[in-house]
Amino acid sequence: MTEKLVIVGNGMAPGRMLEELFEKAPGRYEVTIFNAEPRVNYDRIMLSPVLSGEKDYEEIIIHGDGWYIKHGITLYKGHKIIAIDRKTKTVTSDHGVTESYDKLVIATGSVPFIIPVPGKDLQGVITYRDLDDVQAMLLAAQSREKAVVIGGGLLGLEAAAGLKARGMDVTVLHVMPTLMERQLDPAAGYLLQKAVEERGIRVLTKANTKRILGETKVEGIELDDGRVIPATLVVMAVGIRPNAGLAKEAGLAINRGIVVDAGMQTSDGDIMALGECAEVGGMVYGLVAPLYEMARVAASHLAGDRSAAFVHSDTPTKLKVTGINLYSVGDFADGDGREEIVLRDATAGIYKRLVLKDNRIIGTVLYGDTADGAWFNDLLKRATDISEMRDTLIFGQAYQGGAPLDPTAAVAALPDDAEICGCNGVCKGKIVSTIKGKGLTSLDEVRAHTKASASCGSCTGLVEQLMSLTLGDSYNPAAVQPMCNCTDLGHDDVRRLIKAKRLKTIPAVMQELEWKTSCGCAKCRPALNYYLVCDWPDEYADDYQSRFINERVHANIQKDGTYSVVPRMWGGVTSSKELRAIADVVDKFNVPLVKVTGGQRIDLLGIEKEDLPAVWADLGKAGFVSGQAYAKGLRTVKTCVGSDWCRFGTQDSTGLGIRIEKFMWGSWTPAKVKMAVSGCPRNCAEATCKDVGVICVDSGYEIHFAGAAGLDIKGTEVLGLVKTEDEALEHIVALTQMYREQARYLERIYKWAKRVGLDEIRRQIMDDAEKRKAYFERFVFSQKFAQVDPWSERVSGKDKHEFRPMAVIQKEAAE
Amino acid sequence: MNAHNLATEAAWILVGTVDDIPRQGSRRVRNGETKIAVFRTIDDRIFALEDKCPHKNGPLSEGIVHDGCVTCPLHNWVISLETGVAQGADEGRTSTFPVRIEGREIYLDLKTNFAAR
Repeated sequence: MTEKLVIVGNGMAPGRMLEELFEKAPGRYEVTIFNAEPRVNYDRIMLSPVLSGEKDYEEIIIHGDGWYIKHGITLYKGHKIIAIDRKTKTVTSDHGVTESYDKLVIATGSVPFIIPVPGKDLQGVITYRDLDDVQAMLLAAQSREKAVVIGGGLLGLEAAAGLKARGMDVTVLHVMPTLMERQLDPAAGYLLQKAVEERGIRVLTKANTKRILGETKVEGIELDDGRVIPATLVVMAVGIRPNAGLAKEAGLAINRGIVVDAGMQTSDGDIMALGECAEVGGMVYGLVAPLYEMARVAASHLAGDRSAAFVHSDTPTKLKVTGINLYSVGDFADGDGREEIVLRDATAGIYKRLVLKDNRIIGTVLYGDTADGAWFNDLLKRATDISEMRDTLIFGQAYQGGAPLDPTAAVAALPDDAEICGCNGVCKGKIVSTIKGKGLTSLDEVRAHTKASASCGSCTGLVEQLMSLTLGDSYNPAAVQPMCNCTDLGHDDVRRLIKAKRLKTIPAVMQELEWKTSCGCAKCRPALNYYLVCDWPDEYADDYQSRFINERVHANIQKDGTYSVVPRMWGGVTSSKELRAIADVVDKFNVPLVKVTGGQRIDLLGIEKEDLPAVWADLGKAGFVSGQAYAKGLRTVKTCVGSDWCRFGTQDSTGLGIRIEKFMWGSWTPAKVKMAVSGCPRNCAEATCKDVGVICVDSGYEIHFAGAAGLDIKGTEVLGLVKTEDEALEHIVALTQMYREQARYLERIYKWAKRVGLDEIRRQIMDDAEKRKAYFERFVFSQKFAQVDPWSERVSGKDKHEFRPMAVIQKEAAE
Repeated sequence: MNAHNLATEAAWILVGTVDDIPRQGSRRVRNGETKIAVFRTIDDRIFALEDKCPHKNGPLSEGIVHDGCVTCPLHNWVISLETGVAQGADEGRTSTFPVRIEGREIYLDLKTNFAAR
């Protein structure tokens, strides 16, 4: 008979516990989960990369909805448990749902500590704990105003870096003299502070917050010493405390957290607790590795194995701020009988410190170069006597025993029980045996089966080295996705080689780059054709046979083989003359459907291919040119009516939109490019979900980019603010050219931007005037060859063969 | 139009010349209601298929021609020009027609239709 297992909380610890439980005792329990957050289980360690924009929420989901369905779990999203009745063995949620249990697991996690100062409840004061907090910060970051982060620990610094990456002006307040004092000694804390400040984040240490200023919303912070720091957002990241309120009300034993024994049992035999809310052996934990260890122990007990016991171990700390390498583990305070070995290279930004006692490592702090962290931690864990290698110990594993080892050899030298993945407690032997036993060949598979490098990901390099060690030459970690089956080269290599080797025709590319097929395929040929058009605008002869049909006949093919025709309406503006011409075409050619498009123009659908040149001829007489609605190229520039008509308009958005469209039409791009210009932040032209958008403001033009509103939905990023229309055009054109030159074929701007990094794009387009001008000039040059209306060319007879059959055979002749 | 409707012998019908079709391209021949796509490969081989993808009747004559195959413009099925059979995991077959070349002239045998399936 199945027993009823109810879990309060849906964080990483209970998620891991269930994974282990389903493996150890499948089908034994009927599981119900109450989650106060309205979502599935996601990787909280990765909230900082979501905040900084390096990852999306979808990428950090651990268990999607499908997982709950597959395991028959009832998940109550957004249900907070308000009462546990231990007599009747039931729990009740704030929505009134009551469930009975045989076994109850409390995993309520922790709550952020709010410093009790006046103003702590003002609007704009938030904590950093879950996805809702991240979303609140992202929303606040759109203002690009000032933020203050209280707390210079792990979370506070990650929050500060994220907010800075999102364009805010950030100050970190830390009450202690150096940053991360619980994980770093003062010297490393100082190096860290310098690195943080180099990123444009202000750091104030010994800064004690007296009160938060503001009437209803946050306006600033006042310190004890009287200093006032203006801010519209205050993030409190000063620490967490176990969330044990529910357990306390239920009468369970509570100390700092919910008191449990080494088997995760609370003072009630049917109730267990694990995660940040649990206190075991007098300790509470906040890092993922010990929490996962608790999950393993709890699962064993639920599966009937009473021998599993939680054992304390030191957990290494790493800071997840891109470009700052930091590693610390163990005890590194000064003390009697302790010695230390220190290596300092201030210029290179390297600091390493080993704390020794009785010839054994008891603590490690690494800054700048953290490659040996795992090795030092291993020596610490197994209490290895280091007297033999003391002279060279600080230089790391590579310098032990003669010649320096290459990184793979260093991994090979690790013993089987050396820990590779700290978050998930996975050792080398487990990874190697799983790779061999299950025949794994990809990193994703290894992550799925062993969990190694599946949480914070900082040990990915080690796992990859283990894979190449185990699989030999058959594993190629740097393997790029080839363009298609015709080549082993990826898009980036092909683009680079086209330029380096000055390849100017498709056959030349295929010859020089050793294509495996005689003439490519439908995937690589259009890509190569675009790359050559882009790189050699004046020399390359466009190969129409390598273009998709729409770009070959300059109309959009429909499911029945007819075409749709969309003439350009500059900035979405039209006239009676144009509308009359369209109406006449509709009547003359019996166009079955006329439809207004999302890009502010008119679509004529159901036109026979043979009629296309005649339709274009009539449209051309009214002044229409192709709208390129079929092209991987500039599509529309959507506008609102702007300052000419609108009482809110700040600039002539229609005029700017038309100017951009007239300047850029005809250009080929890696994927379609849709733009918009809105005359004020009300944003009626919906510019903030476009590939490139402009929001006019009183002080000028805010340029946005990398939005999406198709398969993916994504708001734009801000490129920067410019003062004049001329500057706006120059920046937009330069950005587009950078994208044209760098992106992979069919890669939209938002995907390209994510790959190369928003900061890099801002640096090249906003900050580097010389680069920007060069991009602009190259675009202008290429437009000399691109701005030819394809419709009028074809009306004059180009590509005649495309639009008429080669032969029409009378029925009688064939039979 | 430049329609040819002369037959040199009973079943062979002249439909045009090799030069009427762009290399790695296709032209369409209309035979009553039936549409036939005539392809020219990079090495000047000529093939004739019914202009209908076995998947959703997409016009194969509009596809990209590569390595003895054409990729349908609607959903990227790859069809062998020689046999009309869908390549890879897709299953289906398009009718093909015998082709004869005399000099530069292309003749199709529209009676012998190697029907689909």
